[in-house]
Amino acid sequence: MTALSRLFRTTSFRLAAAFILVFALNGFFVIGYIAYNTRVLINSQHVEMIDAEIAGLAEQYRVGGLRRLVGVIDHRSRRPGASLYLVTDPTGRNIAGNVGALPPGLLDEPGARQTAYERLDAPTDKPDELRQHAVVRVFVLPGGFRMLVGRDIAEREQFRDIIAGAFRWSVLMTVLLGVAAWYFVSSRVLKRIDAVAEESRHIMVGDLAGRIGLAGTGDEFDRLAESLNAMLDRIEQLLRGLTEVSDNIAHDLKTPLTRLRNRVEGALRNAPSEEGYRAALEATIAESDELIRTFNALLMIARVEAGSPDGAMTDLDIGTMLADVAELYEPVAEEAGVEFVVEAPAGIVVRLNRELVGQALANLIDNAVKYAAETGDDRKPRVELAACTDGGRILLTVSDNGPGIPEADRTRVLDRFVRLEQSRTKPGSGLGLSLVAAVAHSHGGEIRLEDNAPGLRVVLDLPASGGGS
Amino acid sequence: MQSMRILIIEDDREAAAYLVKALAEAGHVADHAADGEAGLAMGLDGDYDVLVVDRMLPRRDGLSVIEELRHRDIATPALILSALGRVDDRVTGLRAGGDDYLTKPYAFSELLARVEVLARRRSPAEGSTLLKVADLELDRLSHSVRRGETSILLQPREFRLLEYLMKHAGQVVTRTMLLENVWDYHFDPQTNVIDVHISRLRSKIDRGFDPALLHTVRGAGYVIRDGAQ
Repeated sequence: MTALSRLFRTTSFRLAAAFILVFALNGFFVIGYIAYNTRVLINSQHVEMIDAEIAGLAEQYRVGGLRRLVGVIDHRSRRPGASLYLVTDPTGRNIAGNVGALPPGLLDEPGARQTAYERLDAPTDKPDELRQHAVVRVFVLPGGFRMLVGRDIAEREQFRDIIAGAFRWSVLMTVLLGVAAWYFVSSRVLKRIDAVAEESRHIMVGDLAGRIGLAGTGDEFDRLAESLNAMLDRIEQLLRGLTEVSDNIAHDLKTPLTRLRNRVEGALRNAPSEEGYRAALEATIAESDELIRTFNALLMIARVEAGSPDGAMTDLDIGTMLADVAELYEPVAEEAGVEFVVEAPAGIVVRLNRELVGQALANLIDNAVKYAAETGDDRKPRVELAACTDGGRILLTVSDNGPGIPEADRTRVLDRFVRLEQSRTKPGSGLGLSLVAAVAHSHGGEIRLEDNAPGLRVVLDLPASGGGS
Repeated sequence: MQSMRILIIEDDREAAAYLVKALAEAGHVADHAADGEAGLAMGLDGDYDVLVVDRMLPRRDGLSVIEELRHRDIATPALILSALGRVDDRVTGLRAGGDDYLTKPYAFSELLARVEVLARRRSPAEGSTLLKVADLELDRLSHSVRRGETSILLQPREFRLLEYLMKHAGQVVTRTMLLENVWDYHFDPQTNVIDVHISRLRSKIDRGFDPALLHTVRGAGYVIRDGAQ
């Protein structure tokens, strides 16, 4: 591609060309409009003046006949100005007036017209050439005399020249200004676009933590840079999630895998009986099931975090949905001696992924029952599942009156594999709340951990219309 | 459980060999096809009770094998095996004509239970309105349950749980199968939720009666059957 064709392909060039064309057309129309209307105005003035002149001359003729008319014309002809007069006798000889030459035959036809002529007092170096123009009116007088009254239109022609000059200048200025604007656009604006492109390339090949600089003007380029930066934030966040998953796999799956391997190895070395082998194998299966379970949970969190909630959003009555989950866990709560209360108003329809929100609620209820069961003092263990609307949002809460979570730890427990000291003794992978948080985010909502005084209250704050992401 | 003929379409030879052997131990006859085209040919020819189809296969993918079979009016029930476990993967699998979906890695007991249930799908018990195991009777029309002369009152969900178990009387059903079919959830319920529901049901239908009908199968799930058999 040549440098020239590359130049033509830039947006600034196309913009400049388009603007030049638009403004040139605009100038053409404005000037054309002015030219046409002034021409019409000047013409009508000429005609009016000629008519007034004729009216005056007619009066003179009526009072004093041909002699007086000739006298008046002779007198008027000597005055400088644009008015033209001519009186001829029946043979065509000039009797009075300031017109020297006319195209032949002009005086034969009475009426108004535009014509070329030569003034009587004009320099006569080229006698046959008619260089001046006028609007004239021809009359036939009694006795074969003819009279011409007219007005030179040099003024109008000059005006036309001025207009034509203005038009040329305006086109020239438009082109010059257009080129100047093009230069400005390409040197200033395109430079910024190129800078943004350059910076994003740098970020792509290098450090993803880099961001595109803002000019601070808040203009469209800043807005573009802001969205690009937001996109980079999101990419970085996803990437961090991915790194976290692989780190977690390395960290938290290697430990049980090692344990698994050691157990098998130990059994091979020590197990004295078939009974011993059987026990070791059964323990191995139980452990690998646990591993698979953890692995599935991790994958699920990563998938939910990465994208839309499986595209399986449906409109659901939240009361039915909660009742379903509650029904699943109610016997578990009862067995653990925990009072389980559900408060869901009927008739609230929410758009969500039943499977994911169901699992999120199941995780929360499971936790709540587990911790409520160890309230410690004389409180009756109690878990409450509730739903309420708040503007365009739906709040699903699971609260217990167990030991709760200290405020300092409330954000941390949402991370993967984080298990607080007090819960280390209980079964669980430390992934339950991470999944709940991921589900909330995938629905365009959030998870909040609050003090239930005593106990923990977890709020799933979701948009009722099913925000999605 | 009578013997079934099962076709396994799976490209991992070791996994397939294990399945063939384990199914034989369970009293079934299993054939193996190592790619999609071979699987399709055998599926068209043989008179199988169930197909076990891996989703990702060489030469022709598993879903397309099932689609082609359904297109040719072969309605042999198919269990799809897949490493993909998202909800929409399951939906795509079932839409392609699969009858059940199992995510890898799976426990053999889970696969066996599902295969046996699929094979018996078209059995008469499926459509009958009165289910009977020994002296336990469940009337699907009047939603009533009785054991011998005693009428038993069940919650709606307990009724559906018992209905599913009795529909597959004599067959092992796993916890995930119960969660899927009775509660319509496909996630992993962390704790022993299903066990608690089962023990509740058991206390209603078995306590005070003899013999016990609802049995726990260790490492697999539950089965309802006449203890005398």
